[in-house]
Amino acid sequence: MTDGSSPGAAATAARQRIDPFLEVRGLKKYFPVKGGVLNRTIANVQAVDDVSFDVAKGETLGIVGESGCGKSTTARLLMRLIEPDSGTVHFDGRLIGADNGIPIREMRRQVQMVFQDSYSSLNARLPVEETVAFGPIVHGIPRPEARERARRLLYDVGLDASRFMKRYPHELSGGQRQRVNVARALALQPRILILDEAVSALDKSVEAQVLNLLLDLKQEYDLTYVFISHDLNVVQYVSDRVLVMYLGQVVEIGPVDEIYANPRHPYTRALLSSRPSMDPELRITEPPLSGDPPNPINPPSGCRFHTRCAFANEVCARASPVLSTFGDDTRHEIACHMLSPGSGHPDAPAPS
Amino acid sequence: MEAVVSTPTPATGNADLVRVSDLRVRFVTKETTVYAVNGVDFSLAPGEVLGILGESGCGKTVTLRALIRLLPEDRAQVSGRVVVGDNDMLRLPKRELQSVRGGTIAMIFQEPMTALDPVYTVGYQIAETIIRHEGCSWREADVRALDLFEQVQVPSPKRRLNSYPHELSGGLRQRAMIALALSCRPSVLLADEPTTALDATVQIQILLLLRELQKELGMGVIFVTHDMGVAGEISDRLAIMYAGRLVETGPVTQVMRAPLHPYTAGLLSSTVHGSMRGQRLQAIEGAPPNLEKLPDACSFVPRCPHVRDACREGVPEPVQAAPERMARCIRVNPA
Repeated sequence: MTDGSSPGAAATAARQRIDPFLEVRGLKKYFPVKGGVLNRTIANVQAVDDVSFDVAKGETLGIVGESGCGKSTTARLLMRLIEPDSGTVHFDGRLIGADNGIPIREMRRQVQMVFQDSYSSLNARLPVEETVAFGPIVHGIPRPEARERARRLLYDVGLDASRFMKRYPHELSGGQRQRVNVARALALQPRILILDEAVSALDKSVEAQVLNLLLDLKQEYDLTYVFISHDLNVVQYVSDRVLVMYLGQVVEIGPVDEIYANPRHPYTRALLSSRPSMDPELRITEPPLSGDPPNPINPPSGCRFHTRCAFANEVCARASPVLSTFGDDTRHEIACHMLSPGSGHPDAPAPS
Repeated sequence: MEAVVSTPTPATGNADLVRVSDLRVRFVTKETTVYAVNGVDFSLAPGEVLGILGESGCGKTVTLRALIRLLPEDRAQVSGRVVVGDNDMLRLPKRELQSVRGGTIAMIFQEPMTALDPVYTVGYQIAETIIRHEGCSWREADVRALDLFEQVQVPSPKRRLNSYPHELSGGLRQRAMIALALSCRPSVLLADEPTTALDATVQIQILLLLRELQKELGMGVIFVTHDMGVAGEISDRLAIMYAGRLVETGPVTQVMRAPLHPYTAGLLSSTVHGSMRGQRLQAIEGAPPNLEKLPDACSFVPRCPHVRDACREGVPEPVQAAPERMARCIRVNPA
């Protein structure tokens, strides 16, 4: 941790090296909280606050964090299911929603999403074949061709089309429904799939089947994944790079092996050591963190983690740490005063 | 119908705290009958934590609810025998049931918001429960409630006792529900996925708290979960449930390291954990069976990689593979 001369420059260099397929900069979304007799805005839920990251073509970016950290809001902002307050998203070099960029409708053909609740994300009154064919028909594909594509996709996601295509969502199990959702997402031949807790509601034995399927499809259709989950083990299994969020901000991002073997943010470390050990002889004896995550309405000042951090110092409550690289690894970025030279934290290295 | 015999439970000795034999539950409606629990036998020793592990719809929650008689009586047909302490739970008159619930056996749930009353403060609810069971004064009950909140490690307990459930965070609500369940010093605690809805960093806090309280109070705990990792953190003994039957039981370390039943092995290999990157997951093919028409065979046959003809000739009997290990599989050899 001696070379900390210009973390910003190193980060920029790192960004230029990987080809950004999806480039997110300064994404921000506050939800107003109304109240009082006049129903005015009395507070804001700072759901996503200045989030920036890249996704390279063909990679899987895992996003982890606890409830309320803004990971699902980030997904919805990427799809423009909600409008960001500020920030930009470039898809394949084109600014989403701009006049000279890529129209939202066109972006949504190329970026598709799979949600956690497999039932509410399907139309209960349509047989699954119609559901899968619906997107292509809307986008101008002739009906017979769209249905043919739907049947092929159902087969690709492991459902025997002749048995399943006329069934309604309530006639399917949770795992089968989630397979239909994946087929529906693939029907427009997208290039990016955003998977928001897509396997979280499934039983373990079925979750493993769907994870295997997702990895196969990624190869077969040459896809890029943004994989959002609260399950650290699943994220480790599928991701190439991992982004850790806490209360609307990115605290750490880096290659999956680096994050899991050498986590450097105290929150990432606590999160990782909260995982059950899977060995009754090596049980956890001390909780890595106490308390719950704070409310994202009026989050703590400075570093948002300082209220739960064992290493918090006066500077942590005062100033927000900047996401930067430290040392030689230019792909691993952390937002922590303890690593930043001259930040004022007693454990920080001396400025060179 | 068997005669109701008074169960010989001596005050001392290592008699079982809970004894369940041939428990069966079916839900009957006009259209169909669902066979949720199909002959479950187990026992719980004092101070023991039994983890019941299984996927959704396997009957684990129904089993737990049958133990404390929380199933709807008009639709659920329960048979078999459940003895808790010296109470024959399934034959207990309603009046006596009320004092057994809470005093002898208590339950905590996945969603504390449905277990706590939203219009009373949590402190009031705890004190009310203590008064109802022990007939003490409000002053004494309030003191006990404060003690309990300290015991479940609620920060600034005095202030939090005066909070309504919606004012508490998820982790604190769970602690409040645990305090309520422990308020009358039960000897058996039933826990139905109490950490499933919690965040990772909070889940481990609640698991450690439960483990600590269980040791301190010497309670027997039956902990139902779908998560092998969670079960491994808290259980002394594991019971794996599939299609309404226990397919394997044994000490937690032995079951997790060397499972006997192919379903247990499949659950373990499909639970993603570190160092599995790059390998294909060994998933169990197919889905759990329809509980409306269970076959007269091993219910795992359609998903099992080791099927033999004999598997289809009736439900496998429990095989005692080692002194403390049972599996319902014909491939397992008796000790």
